Amino acid sequence: MATTITMPQLGETVTEGTVAQWLKQVGDSVEKYEAFVEVSTDKVNAEVPAPVSGVIRELIVKEGETVPTGAPIAIIDEVGAAASAAPSSNTPTEQIAALREPQDDTAKRAESVYQGSDEPVPGGNVGVAHTPSFTSSNGASGNGKPANGKPSNGLRVSPAVRRLAREHAVDYSTVSGTGTGGRVTANDILAAAKAGPSAAAAALINSDQAEYVATSAPAATPAPAPSRSAAPPPPSGGRPTYGTAVPGDVVPLTQARKIIAQRMVESKHTAPHAWTMVEVDVTNVWKWRAREKDAFEKTYGVKLTLLPFFMRAVVESLAVYPLMNASWTDEGIVVHKTANIGMAVAVDANLIVPVVRNADQLSIKGLALAAGELIDKARRGKLGADDLSGGTFTVNNTGANGSVLSAPILVPGQTGIVTMEAVVKRPVVRDDDAIVVRSMMNVCMSLDHRTVDGAVASGFLADLKRRLEAMGPSGSL
Amino acid sequence: MNNVDAVRATLHDALANDDRTLIMGEDVGARGNVFLITKGFLEEFGPKRIIDTPLAEASIVGVAVGMAMEGLRPIAEIQFADFIYPAFNQIVGEAAKTRYRSNGDYTCPLVIRTPYGGGVRGALSHSVSIEALFYHVPGLKILAPSTPADIKGLLTAAIEDPDPVLFLEHKKTYRSVKGEVPDGRYVIPIGKADIKKPGKDVTVVSYGYNVHQALDAANRLEGENISVEVIDLRSIRPMDKGTILASVRKTRKLLIIHEDNKFGGIGAEISAMVAEEAFFEMDAPIRRLCGPDVPAMGYALPLEEEFMISTDRMLRAMRDLAAF
Amino acid sequence: MMAKTVTSRAGSLDRRGLTDEQLVAMLRNMLLQRQIDNRGFQLNRQGKIPFALGSEGHEAIQAGAAMAFVRGKDVLAPYYRDLGLVLGCGFTPLEMLNSMFARAADRSGGRQFPNHYTNKDLGLLSISSIIAAHVPHAVGVAYAFTYRGESGRAVLTTTGEGATSEGEWHESVNFAAVHKLPVVFLVENNSFAISTPQSAQMAIQNVVDKAAGYGIPGILCDGMDPIASYAAVHEAMERARTGGGPTLVEAKCYRYLSHSTDDDDRTYRDRAAIEEARKLDPVPVFERVLLEAGVIDEARVKALKADVLRDTNDATDTAESFGYPSPSDLYTNVYEGPFEPWQ
Repeated sequence: MATTITMPQLGETVTEGTVAQWLKQVGDSVEKYEAFVEVSTDKVNAEVPAPVSGVIRELIVKEGETVPTGAPIAIIDEVGAAASAAPSSNTPTEQIAALREPQDDTAKRAESVYQGSDEPVPGGNVGVAHTPSFTSSNGASGNGKPANGKPSNGLRVSPAVRRLAREHAVDYSTVSGTGTGGRVTANDILAAAKAGPSAAAAALINSDQAEYVATSAPAATPAPAPSRSAAPPPPSGGRPTYGTAVPGDVVPLTQARKIIAQRMVESKHTAPHAWTMVEVDVTNVWKWRAREKDAFEKTYGVKLTLLPFFMRAVVESLAVYPLMNASWTDEGIVVHKTANIGMAVAVDANLIVPVVRNADQLSIKGLALAAGELIDKARRGKLGADDLSGGTFTVNNTGANGSVLSAPILVPGQTGIVTMEAVVKRPVVRDDDAIVVRSMMNVCMSLDHRTVDGAVASGFLADLKRRLEAMGPSGSL
Repeated sequence: MNNVDAVRATLHDALANDDRTLIMGEDVGARGNVFLITKGFLEEFGPKRIIDTPLAEASIVGVAVGMAMEGLRPIAEIQFADFIYPAFNQIVGEAAKTRYRSNGDYTCPLVIRTPYGGGVRGALSHSVSIEALFYHVPGLKILAPSTPADIKGLLTAAIEDPDPVLFLEHKKTYRSVKGEVPDGRYVIPIGKADIKKPGKDVTVVSYGYNVHQALDAANRLEGENISVEVIDLRSIRPMDKGTILASVRKTRKLLIIHEDNKFGGIGAEISAMVAEEAFFEMDAPIRRLCGPDVPAMGYALPLEEEFMISTDRMLRAMRDLAAF
Repeated sequence: MMAKTVTSRAGSLDRRGLTDEQLVAMLRNMLLQRQIDNRGFQLNRQGKIPFALGSEGHEAIQAGAAMAFVRGKDVLAPYYRDLGLVLGCGFTPLEMLNSMFARAADRSGGRQFPNHYTNKDLGLLSISSIIAAHVPHAVGVAYAFTYRGESGRAVLTTTGEGATSEGEWHESVNFAAVHKLPVVFLVENNSFAISTPQSAQMAIQNVVDKAAGYGIPGILCDGMDPIASYAAVHEAMERARTGGGPTLVEAKCYRYLSHSTDDDDRTYRDRAAIEEARKLDPVPVFERVLLEAGVIDEARVKALKADVLRDTNDATDTAESFGYPSPSDLYTNVYEGPFEPWQ
């Protein structure tokens, strides 16, 4: 059995050694522990003893040559299997190094945990909806992403206040503070929570991650929602609020409002918006929905609205027109692999857009349940970062209050946003020139004209119309 | 009884009940210790058990380490904490490491007692606080009780502890702090703090002489409807995380008070721990009211008073924090 | 009081009361020390252990001192060059190799440097690398003996001559002298503290002269002669065991090698002088002494050497086959109880 001898590490900081003199030649026999080579380093000169008994087969390194620690220097053919201990495959230094490695990893892992910790985790789609953060001033992770948050407006909010506000759904920017310098204290939040029940106004539940939806229509209530009382939250501390604004008021800008405004401006200034629409005959799908809704509600406890049917058609059309499910970036148009559909939801004073992820993989039933859950969470102030990020396309039910045409503003990073306008019974002329009464719903779309042109956009809408009109009056959810 | 009496009584009981215990240090025998803590001990227990050592701190601790390794229970005294530096090698390099380096083959059940702290016109070399130098060291335990009852329970625990314990006695409390002490032997577990005064608006964490001042200030603030909870750490290492966090979660405001220099003092570790574990509970930044970062307090009264934290300063700090 | 000088008379074997078997045992100890010492360097040159520290030249004083040590009664507080002394007091080759290889089976669990022995069963105190820091401990142990009224027991503590400059050495000897404790301070003077020669370490020629300053007896002996070394240490230990108090023993010996594998003494020592001093190498010298005195014959010497080599090889192979401590072993035995600084 041949044993390769390597250059030993003669000293803790030594990294190489020079073969000063071979004390044995090829063919010589050598005993275990007998010196067979003289090695010199900058620290020390030493004779190296052989680790095994045998015959020198090869001297790999020449006299005077310098090699790194661990490099092979000679080969000995072992004589007799009498090597009492097989040389261990790892030298102690290797084993020690191996023992040290996990610690290095830990340090690295610890670093990465802290690097982007106040950044919400993006949806995995590049260039997709940037979620602004209240706390970070310039993209905390410093990994080159564009600054996507603005510094807070000087409102100093302690962690306890932030957390309590979230838990009790209190808008802390509307609470007057009894702390030093007018600071809102934890006790102030707790007092406000006791005072106002509909502090369930999603108090910026996610005020530090406000997504927004754009609509030029007045604040719409979500279509699937049971009619909510429009009662605004009782004002705390007597200051004008958005929901209670009366003529003469100067309503202070909440963080959410500022963010919404900022995103709207950004969207309009970045993407050249174009607009188109189609009229869709939803008579059949409406009947289908009517047939299913009671049983559905009974079984799942979730209302069955037109939204999931619409979303199903949308994701199918997006599959045919993938450019509508894409994002414009300077490096190229990123065509997303999944369709994460945002749904605009108005919760009292604010619009938020929870996202149904992987909507393309959901059936109508699945979409109804997912959407229902998100909207419920929105109302209870329980939406998380994942629920609000990663959208690739957006749907807005502008028709809930009767709108028949809307020109929505794109969510930055998306290429399209479609609306469901009001379902209105209208006289319609059929192909055979008969006039019939049908339930008609306009579907409007704003699009990013950098990414797509009219052909794609109108092709998409045409496809969407076709699908919607082909749905129902019966089918499987 | 006062704190001196409590130390004396506890040492006396320990010597009387355990043949392995002995006391060694400068002037502990014939003089009975410079604060008269061991007065009468030499006569009662004899020179083998009450050793007047040479003036040599390193060997006061080093020889005690050897005794402890061999199975005795020595209680070494460093006459003033300011004199402990020559013994640093034996405390940190030897006593603290005995169990660890021998992997349990040898242990070091040693107590090192020393008076620390200022406010007694002790000037530069009779006033320092040393806990920050030692609490960093794994293998050591550090105690700093400030009432007679706590002293008895914790000194007993220290003497009976199988590991080396540094037992700090604030000299300003020696005769000025009095209290009831239960009879008989009892032990307070090392590592448990004590809420000396419950409250709900602000948490104050302190130890030593400052505890008594903090209580004074807190009681005055009750009159202003400010409810301050005062925690006496008693045990510097190990330190009581549970009591501190429970309090901070209740009040959301933390004020740490210690006479020792601020930079790198005990307050720094407490602040870091609370920030790590109770970040979302905090309604105000953690505040530390500590000694100034100068080497020691001077002999002249204005210098000493400037160094020591007055009760009024504590009161103001508590009030400000409550209002934050 | 004047230091006593103990040397064997040249020309005839003055065995100082030792039997043949005891003399042979000393020789064996010296051979074993030399063999294991060497093995440390061999393993280091092979790249198998990162550090080795030699004791060539100290074999005689260490074999002699070990012979004067009573196992089960006396306590030893050695320093890191006392490989032969601890072997002679019961430390096994396997324990030695376990510590060189930093195995989990090592008594310190692989925590200590090699040559930092601990073995409570043998009365071998755990030491650190801090020079002279163990000497106060030795004094404390000696105090415990008198405290408990245990006569017939003594503590032997060793250092090099450099350690006698340390404040803690001075404080220890002083304390022991004041309290007349049963402890022997043995100084193995090889005249170098790493690279510092004795002339830079102290203004006196003989360390033993310090004894008078403490009011204790001093003995100066030839540390290259194991019998003389035995006689000196035995006298001191007996004095201690019988209530006579401490003694300072200085043994003049030689350090043939560098301080350790991280030192190269060619930068500060004269090679020719070392070569010349090899003539005094205690191992071959004592072998010759015993042969000439008829205490031993060539065959027995050969057998001894083979025996010692085999023991060393066995210990090496066994220790090498053992495993390292696991990373989780870092956290044990900080205190008796759990590990956390926060409770």
